[in-house]
Amino acid sequence: MSALAPRADFPLLAAEPTLVYLDSAATAQKPRAVLDAITAFYAHDYANPHRGAYALSVRATARYREARERLARFFGVADPETLLFTRSCTESLNLVAASWGRANIGPGDAIIVTAAEHHGNFVPWQQLARERGAEFIIAPIAEGGTVDLAALRALLGPRTKVVAFNHISNVLGAVNPVREIAAMVRAAAPDAITVCDGAQAAPHRALGIDALGADFYALGGHKMFGPMGVGVLVGRRALLEAMPPWQTGGDMIEFVHDDRSTWNVLPHKFEAGTPNVEGAVGLAAAADYLDALGMDAMCAHGSALAALALERIGELDGATIFGPPHGVERGAVVSFTLGDVHPHDLASILDARGICIRAGHHCAQPLMRRLGVGATARASFSAYNDERDVEALVTGLRAALHLFGHAAV
Amino acid sequence: MPPSDDALSALYQEVLLDHYRRPRNRGALAEPDVSVAKKNPLCGDEITLQIAFEGDTVHDVMFTGQGCAISQASASMMTQLLKGRSRAEVERVARRFVEMIHGDDAAARDAALGDLRALAGVSRLPVRLKCAMLAWGALAEALAEPGK
Repeated sequence: MSALAPRADFPLLAAEPTLVYLDSAATAQKPRAVLDAITAFYAHDYANPHRGAYALSVRATARYREARERLARFFGVADPETLLFTRSCTESLNLVAASWGRANIGPGDAIIVTAAEHHGNFVPWQQLARERGAEFIIAPIAEGGTVDLAALRALLGPRTKVVAFNHISNVLGAVNPVREIAAMVRAAAPDAITVCDGAQAAPHRALGIDALGADFYALGGHKMFGPMGVGVLVGRRALLEAMPPWQTGGDMIEFVHDDRSTWNVLPHKFEAGTPNVEGAVGLAAAADYLDALGMDAMCAHGSALAALALERIGELDGATIFGPPHGVERGAVVSFTLGDVHPHDLASILDARGICIRAGHHCAQPLMRRLGVGATARASFSAYNDERDVEALVTGLRAALHLFGHAAV
Repeated sequence: MPPSDDALSALYQEVLLDHYRRPRNRGALAEPDVSVAKKNPLCGDEITLQIAFEGDTVHDVMFTGQGCAISQASASMMTQLLKGRSRAEVERVARRFVEMIHGDDAAARDAALGDLRALAGVSRLPVRLKCAMLAWGALAEALAEPGK
Protein backbone atom coordinates (compact mmCIF):
# COMPACT_ATOMS: atom_id res chain seq x y z
CA MET A 1 0.00 0.00 0.00
CA SER A 2 1.32 3.38 -1.00
CA ALA A 3 1.60 6.46 1.19
CA LEU A 4 -1.51 8.56 1.75
CA ALA A 5 0.47 11.81 1.60
CA PRO A 6 3.54 12.40 -0.58
CA ARG A 7 6.85 12.66 1.30
CA ALA A 8 7.44 15.82 -0.74
CA ASP A 9 4.77 17.52 1.42
CA PHE A 10 7.06 17.12 4.46
CA PRO A 11 10.30 19.12 4.22
CA LEU A 12 12.20 16.92 6.70
CA LEU A 13 11.22 13.70 4.94
CA ALA A 14 11.96 15.24 1.55
CA ALA A 15 15.43 16.22 2.78
CA GLU A 16 16.05 12.71 4.17
CA PRO A 17 14.64 10.44 1.48
CA THR A 18 15.92 7.22 3.03
CA LEU A 19 14.75 7.91 6.59
CA VAL A 20 12.13 5.43 7.81
CA TYR A 21 10.20 7.41 10.41
CA LEU A 22 8.05 5.08 12.52
CA ASP A 23 7.52 7.24 15.62
CA SER A 24 4.54 9.38 14.66
CA ALA A 25 2.69 8.36 17.82
CA ALA A 26 5.38 10.33 19.68
CA THR A 27 5.25 13.22 17.25
CA ALA A 28 4.33 13.59 13.59
CA GLN A 29 6.50 15.27 10.97
CA LYS A 30 5.26 18.62 9.70
CA PRO A 31 3.68 19.34 6.34
CA ARG A 32 4.99 22.41 4.54
CA ALA A 33 1.48 23.91 4.68
CA VAL A 34 1.73 24.10 8.50
CA LEU A 35 5.17 25.72 8.42
CA ASP A 36 3.93 28.19 5.77
CA ALA A 37 0.87 29.15 7.84
CA ILE A 38 3.08 29.89 10.86
CA THR A 39 5.48 31.94 8.76
CA ALA A 40 2.58 33.85 7.17
CA PHE A 41 1.24 34.78 10.60
CA TYR A 42 4.60 36.21 11.64
CA ALA A 43 5.22 37.83 8.26
CA HIS A 44 1.83 39.45 7.74
CA ASP A 45 -0.41 39.51 10.81
CA TYR A 46 1.86 39.58 13.84
CA ALA A 47 0.98 41.64 16.92
CA ASN A 48 -0.33 40.88 20.38
CA PRO A 49 -3.98 39.82 20.06
CA HIS A 50 -6.84 41.03 22.26
CA ARG A 51 -5.29 44.51 22.65
CA GLY A 52 -7.08 45.98 19.67
CA ALA A 53 -5.74 49.55 19.71
CA TYR A 54 -4.64 49.28 16.09
CA ALA A 55 -5.57 47.41 12.95
CA LEU A 56 -2.60 45.01 13.07
CA SER A 57 -3.60 43.77 16.52
CA VAL A 58 -7.15 43.32 15.25
CA ARG A 59 -5.77 41.13 12.45
CA ALA A 60 -3.76 39.04 14.91
CA THR A 61 -6.88 38.64 17.05
CA ALA A 62 -8.83 37.56 13.98
CA ARG A 63 -6.23 34.92 13.07
CA TYR A 64 -6.45 33.50 16.60
CA ARG A 65 -10.26 33.50 16.63
CA GLU A 66 -10.45 31.97 13.14
CA ALA A 67 -8.09 29.19 14.20
CA ARG A 68 -10.34 28.36 17.14
CA GLU A 69 -13.42 28.34 14.92
CA ARG A 70 -11.70 26.22 12.29
CA LEU A 71 -10.63 23.66 14.88
CA ALA A 72 -14.07 23.59 16.50
CA ARG A 73 -15.55 22.69 13.09
CA PHE A 74 -12.82 20.11 12.50
CA PHE A 75 -13.36 18.44 15.88
CA GLY A 76 -17.16 18.54 15.77
CA VAL A 77 -17.54 21.13 18.52
CA ALA A 78 -20.60 23.36 18.01
CA ASP A 79 -19.55 26.09 20.43
CA PRO A 80 -16.00 27.34 19.69
CA GLU A 81 -15.87 29.05 23.09
CA THR A 82 -15.81 25.64 24.74
CA LEU A 83 -12.56 24.82 22.89
CA LEU A 84 -9.61 26.02 24.96
CA PHE A 85 -6.03 26.28 23.77
CA THR A 86 -3.42 24.84 26.12
CA ARG A 87 0.26 24.00 25.87
CA SER A 88 -0.28 20.27 25.31
CA CYS A 89 -2.62 17.37 25.89
CA THR A 90 -0.93 16.86 29.26
CA GLU A 91 -1.62 20.48 30.19
CA SER A 92 -5.26 20.09 29.15
CA LEU A 93 -5.62 17.17 31.54
CA ASN A 94 -3.80 19.05 34.30
CA LEU A 95 -6.17 21.96 33.79
CA VAL A 96 -9.18 19.74 34.51
CA ALA A 97 -7.52 18.12 37.52
CA ALA A 98 -6.34 21.44 38.94
CA SER A 99 -9.48 23.51 38.30
CA TRP A 100 -12.47 21.16 38.37
CA GLY A 101 -10.66 18.73 40.63
CA ARG A 102 -9.65 21.12 43.38
CA ALA A 103 -13.13 22.68 43.36
CA ASN A 104 -15.00 19.39 43.50
CA ILE A 105 -12.92 16.57 44.99
CA GLY A 106 -12.81 15.84 48.70
CA PRO A 107 -12.20 13.01 51.17
CA GLY A 108 -14.37 9.98 50.46
CA ASP A 109 -14.69 10.73 46.75
CA ALA A 110 -13.40 8.22 44.23
CA ILE A 111 -11.32 8.94 41.12
CA ILE A 112 -11.09 6.18 38.53
CA VAL A 113 -8.46 5.90 35.81
CA THR A 114 -7.72 2.91 33.63
CA ALA A 115 -4.63 0.72 33.78
CA ALA A 116 -3.74 1.72 30.21
CA GLU A 117 -3.37 5.46 30.74
CA HIS A 118 -0.42 7.53 29.61
CA HIS A 119 1.18 9.24 32.61
CA GLY A 120 -0.49 12.46 31.40
CA ASN A 121 -3.92 11.06 32.25
CA PHE A 122 -2.74 9.13 35.31
CA VAL A 123 -0.41 11.20 37.45
CA PRO A 124 -2.58 14.38 37.66
CA TRP A 125 -5.44 12.25 39.03
CA GLN A 126 -3.19 10.25 41.34
CA GLN A 127 -1.81 13.49 42.77
CA LEU A 128 -5.25 15.09 43.08
CA ALA A 129 -6.50 12.03 44.99
CA ARG A 130 -3.49 12.15 47.34
CA GLU A 131 -3.90 15.87 47.90
CA ARG A 132 -7.64 15.63 48.57
CA GLY A 133 -7.74 12.35 50.48
CA ALA A 134 -9.83 10.78 47.73
CA GLU A 135 -9.69 7.14 46.73
CA PHE A 136 -7.64 6.46 43.57
CA ILE A 137 -8.90 3.43 41.66
CA ILE A 138 -7.18 1.82 38.66
CA ALA A 139 -9.79 0.12 36.50
CA PRO A 140 -8.56 -3.05 34.80
CA ILE A 141 -8.27 -3.43 31.05
CA ALA A 142 -9.67 -6.32 29.06
CA GLU A 143 -7.63 -8.70 26.89
CA GLY A 144 -6.40 -6.56 24.00
CA GLY A 145 -6.17 -3.39 26.05
CA THR A 146 -9.60 -1.73 25.93
CA VAL A 147 -11.41 -0.72 29.11
CA ASP A 148 -13.00 -3.75 30.80
CA LEU A 149 -16.55 -2.37 30.64
CA ALA A 150 -18.09 -4.82 33.11
CA ALA A 151 -15.32 -4.22 35.63
CA LEU A 152 -15.65 -0.45 35.22
CA ARG A 153 -19.41 -0.66 35.63
CA ALA A 154 -18.91 -2.52 38.92
CA LEU A 155 -16.59 0.23 40.20
CA LEU A 156 -19.02 3.08 39.50
CA GLY A 157 -21.14 4.46 42.30
CA PRO A 158 -22.33 7.57 44.09
CA ARG A 159 -18.79 8.31 45.35
CA THR A 160 -17.34 8.29 41.82
CA LYS A 161 -16.39 11.82 40.79
CA VAL A 162 -13.96 11.31 37.92
CA VAL A 163 -13.55 8.63 35.26
CA ALA A 164 -10.45 9.27 33.14
CA PHE A 165 -9.70 7.05 30.15
CA ASN A 166 -7.95 7.10 26.80
CA HIS A 167 -9.60 7.04 23.39
CA ILE A 168 -6.75 5.09 21.79
CA SER A 169 -3.89 3.60 23.86
CA ASN A 170 -0.48 5.00 22.98
CA VAL A 171 1.13 1.64 23.78
CA LEU A 172 -1.41 -0.93 22.67
CA GLY A 173 -3.38 0.87 19.98
CA ALA A 174 -6.60 -0.45 21.53
CA VAL A 175 -9.60 1.73 20.67
CA ASN A 176 -12.09 2.46 23.45
CA PRO A 177 -15.82 2.95 22.87
CA VAL A 178 -15.87 6.53 24.18
CA ARG A 179 -19.59 7.07 23.62
CA GLU A 180 -20.51 3.89 25.46
CA ILE A 181 -18.21 4.62 28.39
CA ALA A 182 -19.48 8.21 28.73
CA ALA A 183 -23.10 7.04 28.66
CA MET A 184 -22.43 4.27 31.18
CA VAL A 185 -20.76 6.67 33.61
CA ARG A 186 -23.57 9.22 33.22
CA ALA A 187 -26.14 6.56 34.08
CA ALA A 188 -24.32 4.85 36.94
CA ALA A 189 -22.42 7.79 38.46
CA PRO A 190 -24.30 10.98 37.63
CA ASP A 191 -22.00 13.13 39.78
CA ALA A 192 -18.88 12.01 37.91
CA ILE A 193 -17.16 13.78 35.03
CA THR A 194 -15.68 11.77 32.16
CA VAL A 195 -12.27 12.88 30.92
CA CYS A 196 -11.01 11.42 27.68
CA ASP A 197 -7.37 11.56 26.51
CA GLY A 198 -7.59 11.84 22.74
CA ALA A 199 -3.90 12.38 22.00
CA GLN A 200 -3.62 9.26 19.83
CA ALA A 201 -7.10 9.49 18.32
CA ALA A 202 -6.92 13.08 17.08
CA PRO A 203 -4.47 12.31 14.22
CA HIS A 204 -6.35 9.21 13.06
CA ARG A 205 -10.10 9.55 13.67
CA ALA A 206 -12.88 11.98 12.75
CA LEU A 207 -13.65 12.80 16.36
CA GLY A 208 -17.00 14.54 16.58
CA ILE A 209 -16.14 15.53 20.13
CA ASP A 210 -19.61 16.82 21.06
CA ALA A 211 -21.18 13.57 19.89
CA LEU A 212 -18.67 11.40 21.77
CA GLY A 213 -20.25 12.70 24.96
CA ALA A 214 -17.25 12.91 27.29
CA ASP A 215 -17.44 15.92 29.60
CA PHE A 216 -13.82 16.82 28.80
CA TYR A 217 -11.78 15.80 25.77
CA ALA A 218 -8.05 16.58 25.63
CA LEU A 219 -5.63 16.39 22.72
CA GLY A 220 -2.26 17.70 21.61
CA GLY A 221 -1.34 19.47 18.39
CA HIS A 222 2.04 18.04 17.47
CA LYS A 223 0.89 14.45 16.96
CA MET A 224 -1.62 15.63 14.31
CA PHE A 225 0.84 17.59 12.11
CA GLY A 226 0.51 20.78 14.19
CA PRO A 227 3.40 22.51 15.96
CA MET A 228 4.73 21.58 19.40
CA GLY A 229 3.49 23.70 22.27
CA VAL A 230 -0.22 23.78 21.48
CA GLY A 231 -2.95 21.52 22.84
CA VAL A 232 -6.71 21.61 23.06
CA LEU A 233 -9.23 21.01 25.80
CA VAL A 234 -12.91 20.80 24.95
CA GLY A 235 -15.31 20.94 27.89
CA ARG A 236 -19.01 21.24 28.52
CA ARG A 237 -19.94 24.92 28.77
CA ALA A 238 -21.78 24.58 32.10
CA LEU A 239 -18.79 22.84 33.68
CA LEU A 240 -16.25 25.32 32.30
CA GLU A 241 -18.34 28.28 33.44
CA ALA A 242 -18.62 26.92 36.98
CA MET A 243 -14.89 26.12 37.21
CA PRO A 244 -12.42 28.52 38.80
CA PRO A 245 -9.49 29.71 36.67
CA TRP A 246 -6.35 27.65 37.10
CA GLN A 247 -3.83 30.25 35.99
CA THR A 248 -4.36 33.95 36.50
CA GLY A 249 -2.92 37.13 35.01
CA GLY A 250 -3.38 39.04 31.78
CA ASP A 251 -6.15 38.34 29.27
CA MET A 252 -8.16 36.13 31.64
CA ILE A 253 -9.51 38.91 33.88
CA GLU A 254 -12.57 41.09 33.56
CA PHE A 255 -11.63 43.61 36.24
CA VAL A 256 -8.81 43.73 38.77
CA HIS A 257 -9.67 45.50 42.03
CA ASP A 258 -7.02 46.14 44.64
CA ASP A 259 -8.19 43.21 46.73
CA ARG A 260 -9.92 40.87 44.27
CA SER A 261 -10.52 40.20 40.58
CA THR A 262 -13.32 39.04 38.34
CA TRP A 263 -12.91 36.74 35.39
CA ASN A 264 -13.23 37.10 31.66
CA VAL A 265 -15.75 34.95 29.74
CA LEU A 266 -14.96 31.67 27.99
CA PRO A 267 -12.59 30.78 26.48
CA HIS A 268 -10.37 33.57 27.83
CA LYS A 269 -10.92 32.66 31.49
CA PHE A 270 -8.65 29.64 30.94
CA GLU A 271 -6.06 31.30 28.71
CA ALA A 272 -3.98 33.56 30.94
CA GLY A 273 -1.17 35.52 29.34
CA THR A 274 -0.30 36.22 25.71
CA PRO A 275 -1.67 33.22 23.81
CA ASN A 276 0.23 30.88 21.51
CA VAL A 277 -1.27 32.28 18.30
CA GLU A 278 1.44 30.64 16.22
CA GLY A 279 0.41 27.29 17.67
CA ALA A 280 -3.29 27.86 17.06
CA VAL A 281 -2.72 29.04 13.47
CA GLY A 282 -0.37 26.12 12.78
CA LEU A 283 -2.83 23.62 14.24
CA ALA A 284 -5.67 25.04 12.16
CA ALA A 285 -3.50 24.58 9.06
CA ALA A 286 -2.86 21.00 10.20
CA ALA A 287 -6.64 20.49 10.38
CA ASP A 288 -6.93 21.78 6.81
CA TYR A 289 -4.21 19.36 5.73
CA LEU A 290 -5.89 16.42 7.47
CA ASP A 291 -9.25 17.40 5.99
CA ALA A 292 -7.75 17.34 2.51
CA LEU A 293 -6.36 13.85 3.13
CA GLY A 294 -9.67 12.81 4.68
CA MET A 295 -9.96 11.50 8.23
CA ASP A 296 -11.59 8.25 7.06
CA ALA A 297 -8.60 7.71 4.78
CA MET A 298 -6.21 8.53 7.67
CA CYS A 299 -7.98 5.98 9.85
CA ALA A 300 -7.94 3.29 7.17
CA HIS A 301 -4.29 3.97 6.21
CA GLY A 302 -2.95 3.83 9.79
CA SER A 303 -4.91 0.72 10.63
CA ALA A 304 -3.87 -1.04 7.41
CA LEU A 305 -0.16 -0.37 8.02
CA ALA A 306 -0.53 -1.49 11.65
CA ALA A 307 -2.27 -4.69 10.51
CA LEU A 308 0.49 -5.38 8.01
CA ALA A 309 3.18 -4.78 10.66
CA LEU A 310 1.30 -7.03 13.08
CA GLU A 311 1.31 -9.82 10.54
CA ARG A 312 4.92 -9.42 9.40
CA ILE A 313 6.43 -8.95 12.87
CA GLY A 314 4.34 -11.85 14.11
CA GLU A 315 6.20 -14.13 11.66
CA LEU A 316 9.53 -13.48 13.40
CA ASP A 317 10.97 -15.95 15.92
CA GLY A 318 10.38 -14.83 19.48
CA ALA A 319 8.10 -11.90 18.63
CA THR A 320 5.44 -10.99 21.19
CA ILE A 321 2.90 -8.39 20.08
CA PHE A 322 0.81 -6.47 22.60
CA GLY A 323 -2.66 -5.05 22.10
CA PRO A 324 -5.68 -6.04 20.06
CA PRO A 325 -5.41 -9.35 18.18
CA HIS A 326 -5.47 -9.47 14.39
CA GLY A 327 -8.80 -8.39 12.98
CA VAL A 328 -9.78 -6.21 15.96
CA GLU A 329 -9.80 -2.42 15.50
CA ARG A 330 -6.41 -0.90 16.29
CA GLY A 331 -4.85 2.55 16.04
CA ALA A 332 -1.72 3.12 13.99
CA VAL A 333 0.70 1.60 16.53
CA VAL A 334 2.26 -1.83 17.12
CA SER A 335 4.13 -2.55 20.36
CA PHE A 336 6.22 -5.67 20.55
CA THR A 337 9.21 -7.43 22.02
CA LEU A 338 11.61 -9.68 20.11
CA GLY A 339 13.01 -12.59 22.11
CA ASP A 340 15.89 -11.52 24.33
CA VAL A 341 16.83 -8.57 22.10
CA HIS A 342 15.97 -5.75 24.49
CA PRO A 343 13.87 -2.93 22.95
CA HIS A 344 16.66 -0.38 23.51
CA ASP A 345 19.18 -2.56 21.73
CA LEU A 346 16.61 -3.04 18.98
CA ALA A 347 16.11 0.72 18.64
CA SER A 348 19.89 1.28 18.32
CA ILE A 349 20.27 -1.46 15.73
CA LEU A 350 17.36 -0.04 13.72
CA ASP A 351 18.67 3.51 14.16
CA ALA A 352 21.93 2.49 12.49
CA ARG A 353 19.79 1.56 9.48
CA GLY A 354 17.93 4.86 9.43
CA ILE A 355 14.78 3.48 11.06
CA CYS A 356 13.22 5.46 13.94
CA ILE A 357 11.14 3.53 16.47
CA ARG A 358 10.32 4.14 20.11
CA ALA A 359 11.66 1.88 22.86
CA GLY A 360 10.89 2.05 26.55
CA HIS A 361 7.89 2.37 28.83
CA HIS A 362 6.05 4.89 26.61
CA CYS A 363 5.10 7.04 29.61
CA ALA A 364 2.83 4.22 30.78
CA GLN A 365 4.66 2.50 33.64
CA PRO A 366 1.50 1.21 35.37
CA LEU A 367 0.52 -0.51 32.10
CA MET A 368 4.00 -1.94 31.57
CA ARG A 369 3.86 -3.51 35.05
CA ARG A 370 0.57 -5.15 34.15
CA LEU A 371 1.97 -6.39 30.85
CA GLY A 372 4.89 -7.80 32.82
CA VAL A 373 7.57 -6.09 30.72
CA GLY A 374 9.99 -3.28 31.50
CA ALA A 375 9.98 -1.96 27.98
CA THR A 376 8.56 -2.61 24.54
CA ALA A 377 9.51 -1.52 21.06
CA ARG A 378 6.83 0.50 19.28
CA ALA A 379 6.40 1.28 15.62
CA SER A 380 3.74 3.82 14.69
CA PHE A 381 2.49 5.06 11.35
CA SER A 382 1.19 8.17 9.66
CA ALA A 383 0.11 9.38 6.24
CA TYR A 384 3.66 9.49 4.85
CA ASN A 385 4.42 5.85 5.64
CA ASP A 386 3.94 3.02 3.19
CA GLU A 387 4.40 -0.73 2.86
CA ARG A 388 8.13 -0.33 2.18
CA ASP A 389 8.58 1.20 5.63
CA VAL A 390 7.07 -1.93 7.19
CA GLU A 391 9.36 -4.11 5.08
CA ALA A 392 12.40 -2.02 6.10
CA LEU A 393 11.39 -2.48 9.74
CA VAL A 394 11.03 -6.25 9.39
CA THR A 395 14.37 -6.50 7.57
CA GLY A 396 15.95 -4.49 10.41
CA LEU A 397 14.40 -6.78 13.00
CA ARG A 398 15.82 -9.82 11.21
CA ALA A 399 19.25 -8.16 11.25
CA ALA A 400 18.89 -7.58 15.00
CA LEU A 401 18.07 -11.24 15.54
CA HIS A 402 21.12 -12.17 13.49
CA LEU A 403 23.35 -9.80 15.43
CA PHE A 404 22.18 -11.39 18.66
CA GLY A 405 23.18 -14.76 17.31
CA HIS A 406 19.75 -16.08 16.45
CA ALA A 407 19.54 -17.84 13.12
CA ALA A 408 17.91 -15.55 10.60
CA VAL A 409 14.39 -16.75 9.94
CA MET B 1 24.50 -12.45 6.37
CA PRO B 2 22.09 -9.54 6.45
CA PRO B 3 23.62 -6.08 6.08
CA SER B 4 24.43 -4.43 9.37
CA ASP B 5 26.07 -1.23 10.45
CA ASP B 6 29.75 -1.44 11.46
CA ALA B 7 29.30 0.33 14.77
CA LEU B 8 26.56 -2.03 15.83
CA SER B 9 28.45 -5.12 14.72
CA ALA B 10 31.50 -3.93 16.62
CA LEU B 11 29.48 -3.46 19.79
CA TYR B 12 27.19 -6.47 19.90
CA GLN B 13 30.01 -9.01 20.02
CA GLU B 14 29.96 -12.45 21.55
CA VAL B 15 31.55 -11.27 24.80
CA LEU B 16 28.91 -8.59 25.39
CA LEU B 17 26.05 -10.96 24.61
CA ASP B 18 27.64 -13.59 26.84
CA HIS B 19 27.64 -11.19 29.82
CA TYR B 20 24.06 -10.15 28.97
CA ARG B 21 22.82 -13.73 28.83
CA ARG B 22 25.03 -15.20 31.58
CA PRO B 23 25.70 -12.29 33.92
CA ARG B 24 28.56 -12.80 36.44
CA ASN B 25 28.05 -12.03 40.11
CA ARG B 26 24.32 -11.77 39.71
CA GLY B 27 22.37 -12.02 42.95
CA ALA B 28 22.31 -10.59 46.45
CA LEU B 29 24.99 -10.57 49.15
CA ALA B 30 24.11 -11.99 52.56
CA GLU B 31 25.75 -9.10 54.38
CA PRO B 32 26.46 -6.15 52.13
CA ASP B 33 28.06 -3.03 53.57
CA VAL B 34 26.44 -0.87 50.92
CA SER B 35 23.49 -1.41 48.62
CA VAL B 36 22.63 1.10 45.90
CA ALA B 37 19.68 0.94 43.50
CA LYS B 38 19.84 3.03 40.33
CA LYS B 39 17.23 3.49 37.65
CA ASN B 40 17.33 5.20 34.33
CA PRO B 41 13.94 6.90 34.47
CA LEU B 42 13.88 7.44 30.72
CA CYS B 43 14.04 3.79 29.79
CA GLY B 44 13.36 1.91 33.02
CA ASP B 45 16.68 0.06 33.18
CA GLU B 46 17.52 -0.93 36.76
CA ILE B 47 20.62 -1.97 38.66
CA THR B 48 20.99 -2.81 42.34
CA LEU B 49 24.64 -3.07 43.35
CA GLN B 50 25.82 -4.56 46.63
CA ILE B 51 29.36 -4.45 47.98
CA ALA B 52 30.98 -6.00 51.05
CA PHE B 53 34.27 -4.36 52.06
CA GLU B 54 37.16 -5.79 54.04
CA GLY B 55 38.91 -2.72 55.29
CA ASP B 56 39.70 -0.67 52.21
CA THR B 57 39.24 -3.59 49.85
CA VAL B 58 36.19 -4.81 47.92
CA HIS B 59 35.68 -8.26 49.44
CA ASP B 60 32.60 -9.23 47.45
CA VAL B 61 30.18 -7.66 45.00
CA MET B 62 26.87 -8.71 43.46
CA PHE B 63 24.21 -7.08 41.35
CA THR B 64 20.65 -7.57 40.21
CA GLY B 65 18.83 -5.66 37.54
CA GLN B 66 16.94 -5.64 34.31
CA GLY B 67 17.38 -3.78 31.09
CA CYS B 68 19.17 -3.75 27.79
CA ALA B 69 22.24 -5.76 26.83
CA ILE B 70 24.54 -2.77 27.30
CA SER B 71 23.38 -1.86 30.82
CA GLN B 72 23.36 -5.44 32.09
CA ALA B 73 26.62 -6.52 30.43
CA SER B 74 28.31 -3.38 31.73
CA ALA B 75 27.25 -4.29 35.28
CA SER B 76 28.37 -7.88 34.89
CA MET B 77 31.78 -6.95 33.48
CA MET B 78 32.25 -4.30 36.13
CA THR B 79 31.68 -6.69 39.03
CA GLN B 80 34.30 -9.04 37.56
CA LEU B 81 36.95 -6.39 37.98
CA LEU B 82 36.15 -5.16 41.46
CA LYS B 83 36.85 -8.05 43.81
CA GLY B 84 40.04 -7.73 45.80
CA ARG B 85 40.68 -4.17 44.72
CA SER B 86 41.20 -1.15 46.92
CA ARG B 87 38.87 1.83 46.69
CA ALA B 88 41.62 3.81 44.93
CA GLU B 89 42.08 1.04 42.36
CA VAL B 90 38.33 0.80 41.79
CA GLU B 91 38.12 4.53 41.23
CA ARG B 92 41.02 4.34 38.76
CA VAL B 93 39.22 1.62 36.75
CA ALA B 94 36.00 3.67 36.81
CA ARG B 95 37.81 6.72 35.43
CA ARG B 96 39.42 4.62 32.72
CA PHE B 97 36.02 3.18 31.76
CA VAL B 98 34.48 6.64 31.43
CA GLU B 99 37.40 7.73 29.25
CA MET B 100 36.91 4.67 27.05
CA ILE B 101 33.19 5.12 26.41
CA HIS B 102 33.83 8.75 25.58
CA GLY B 103 36.10 7.67 22.74
CA ASP B 104 39.61 7.47 24.27
CA ASP B 105 41.44 4.93 22.07
CA ALA B 106 44.22 4.27 24.57
CA ALA B 107 41.65 3.41 27.24
CA ALA B 108 39.90 1.09 24.77
CA ARG B 109 43.17 -0.89 24.51
CA ASP B 110 43.94 -0.84 28.26
CA ALA B 111 44.11 -4.42 29.51
CA ALA B 112 43.14 -3.16 32.96
CA LEU B 113 39.59 -2.84 31.69
CA GLY B 114 39.31 -6.57 30.93
CA ASP B 115 36.07 -7.60 29.23
CA LEU B 116 34.82 -4.03 29.56
CA ARG B 117 36.77 -3.21 26.42
CA ALA B 118 33.91 -4.85 24.52
CA LEU B 119 31.89 -1.75 25.40
CA ALA B 120 34.27 0.68 23.66
CA GLY B 121 31.85 0.89 20.75
CA VAL B 122 29.32 2.69 22.94
CA SER B 123 31.33 5.84 22.25
CA ARG B 124 29.82 5.76 18.77
CA LEU B 125 26.26 5.52 20.16
CA PRO B 126 25.87 8.62 22.32
CA VAL B 127 22.25 7.85 23.19
CA ARG B 128 23.41 4.63 24.86
CA LEU B 129 26.06 6.14 27.14
CA LYS B 130 23.55 6.25 29.98
CA CYS B 131 22.92 2.53 29.59
CA ALA B 132 26.63 1.75 29.85
CA MET B 133 27.03 4.13 32.80
CA LEU B 134 24.11 2.89 34.94
CA ALA B 135 26.13 0.37 36.97
CA TRP B 136 28.99 2.83 37.30
CA GLY B 137 26.67 5.45 38.71
CA ALA B 138 25.64 2.91 41.33
CA LEU B 139 29.31 2.16 42.03
CA ALA B 140 30.13 5.84 42.51
CA GLU B 141 27.29 6.17 45.01
CA ALA B 142 28.34 2.98 46.79
CA LEU B 143 31.90 4.27 47.18
CA ALA B 144 30.60 7.59 48.49
CA GLU B 145 28.55 5.91 51.22
CA PRO B 146 30.20 5.70 54.64
CA GLY B 147 29.38 1.98 54.93
CA LYS B 148 29.52 0.05 58.19
